Amino acid sequence: MANTANTGQKDDGSSRRDFLYLATGAVGAVGVGAAVWPFVDQMNPSAAVLALATTEVDLSPISEGMGITAMWRSKPVFLRKRTQAEIEQARSVDLSALPDPQPDEARVKQPEWLVVIGICTHLGCIPLGNKQSEPRGDYGGWFCPCHGSHYDTAGRIRKGPAPTNLPVPTYEFVNDTTVKLG
Amino acid sequence: MASDYQTPYKGVLGWLDDRLPVINFADQHLRFYPTPKNLTYAWNFGSLAGIALVIMIVTGIVLAMHYTPHTDYAFASIQKIMRDVNYGWLLRYIHMNGASFFFIVVYIHIFRGLYYGSYKQPREVLWGLGVIILLLMMATAFMGYTLPWGQMSFWGATVITNLFSAVPVFGDEITRWLWGGFAVGNPTLQRFFSLHYLMPFMIVGAVLLHLVALHRYGSNNPTGIEPKGKQDQVPFHPYYTVKDLFGLGVFLIALSLFTFYAPNYLGHADNYIPADPLVTPAHIVPEWYFLPFYAILRAIPDKLGGVVAMFASVLVLFVLPWLDRSRVRSGKYRPIFKQFYWLLVLDVLVLGYVGAMPAGGIWVPIGRVATAYYFAYFLVILPLLGVFERPKPLPNSISDPVLKGGGQPAGAAAKPMEKA
Repeated sequence: MANTANTGQKDDGSSRRDFLYLATGAVGAVGVGAAVWPFVDQMNPSAAVLALATTEVDLSPISEGMGITAMWRSKPVFLRKRTQAEIEQARSVDLSALPDPQPDEARVKQPEWLVVIGICTHLGCIPLGNKQSEPRGDYGGWFCPCHGSHYDTAGRIRKGPAPTNLPVPTYEFVNDTTVKLG
Repeated sequence: MASDYQTPYKGVLGWLDDRLPVINFADQHLRFYPTPKNLTYAWNFGSLAGIALVIMIVTGIVLAMHYTPHTDYAFASIQKIMRDVNYGWLLRYIHMNGASFFFIVVYIHIFRGLYYGSYKQPREVLWGLGVIILLLMMATAFMGYTLPWGQMSFWGATVITNLFSAVPVFGDEITRWLWGGFAVGNPTLQRFFSLHYLMPFMIVGAVLLHLVALHRYGSNNPTGIEPKGKQDQVPFHPYYTVKDLFGLGVFLIALSLFTFYAPNYLGHADNYIPADPLVTPAHIVPEWYFLPFYAILRAIPDKLGGVVAMFASVLVLFVLPWLDRSRVRSGKYRPIFKQFYWLLVLDVLVLGYVGAMPAGGIWVPIGRVATAYYFAYFLVILPLLGVFERPKPLPNSISDPVLKGGGQPAGAAAKPMEKA
């Protein structure tokens, strides 16, 4: 190639043509990446979905030992008013015995109110136990019927295939009987 | 096509084939195509799978004319198809049961390949393309099952998409991207419909490549010995077209029995309850054709490990041609392999049964043993058998064992065949 025309070949064997090939290829790759991105990103949650970010829940009808389910970001959120016994049960656990160690104090803002996202961290089923008529598992919290995960009265995983505790959403108490999720 | 191509046809056909040589191509590959003469009915299932794909595409296209991919209307539009659309019930029942039969046919096709060593050199790429078709089929079937938007649709979609949340670091981003929201919802349903329509045509593309790879070296056969010449082969038409058509008749009778007499036998009653994001059915079970994989998922007591094992159970098939070290292709001549093979068939059936049972009690240890055997078969037994097994002596040719069975000396019987 270099014998037939002046390609600007240098002593180390590289040429201006090699440089142009690489530069063209690099620009082309960036261009293709930029063109593909909109087709990938369109699948992420749209602005309309993201806009439904906060929900307020009225806690006044909930009596001790009872729980309700609220919808937040199309996910169920469990709000449970715990009894004194349940709080003590959650706080007396040896943390080193937990699969996902977290003290109860770090999971609540007011000791009697437990707020967790009601989706099993294994494969996304809704655990049973928010209604008093449902099975609450071996640790008095929730029981996931799909693959047998047991959660305790702080929503922590105790037994079964789920890897982590039920997540605590961001929330704050607007006043004594209203909580704002998100 | 090179410009020196000479069409073998005359007249109008010759004029057309000279400009579009597809007629000659079809003749070579569907009519004169030389095929081993000893293929059994086990070789019917490839063409049967192709026909099942056509049935699914035809019924699917007409169902899409009546279906509404929206969470508020999807369930109702299925009921409209069942009650109001002319023959809608028939089209939907064929599509529902056709999916099951497509999997039955493909599973038999795969196990035939496993027994007769159809994956071995030089057919590794043919086999790999088959595994790609299987993966595409699984994705298509999963998304199709979501569309009626019943309870099993919704919760099946939730459980399967949550498998991806096991991916380290990016798990949550991936699931949110798959859902188009914070949970399975309308954006999920709409994209699943779009992809469910697309993927069958990707399968068609993969099937065409599968056929190109098949016709490169031709079909394997029950002896696993390559044909030694024309005396070992017959033209595809009429010998195998007729044999395949007979198999198709049997297949259509079986499909009709389910479609007309037990259309919901293979499904779940829960899917006739509209999807409810707040109530999980007591017992989530996938469709029967996914049960063995579901059992493997549940056998591993770790979320990421279970997901990895489930995907590995299919992906291990890609490397199978290099795991089986034996140079003898057909299981017919491998006395020890044969026993392990039938144990694998039993093992997959057990896995399927365990997958349908609740995750507890005796089913957990049984599922674990069955999962261990599944992987041991591919990763330990096959590589070792290639070294330690002493295969039976192979016949000299495809014709040889048949003619010997007639009590005649092989040489004397083979000679008139060679003249033919």
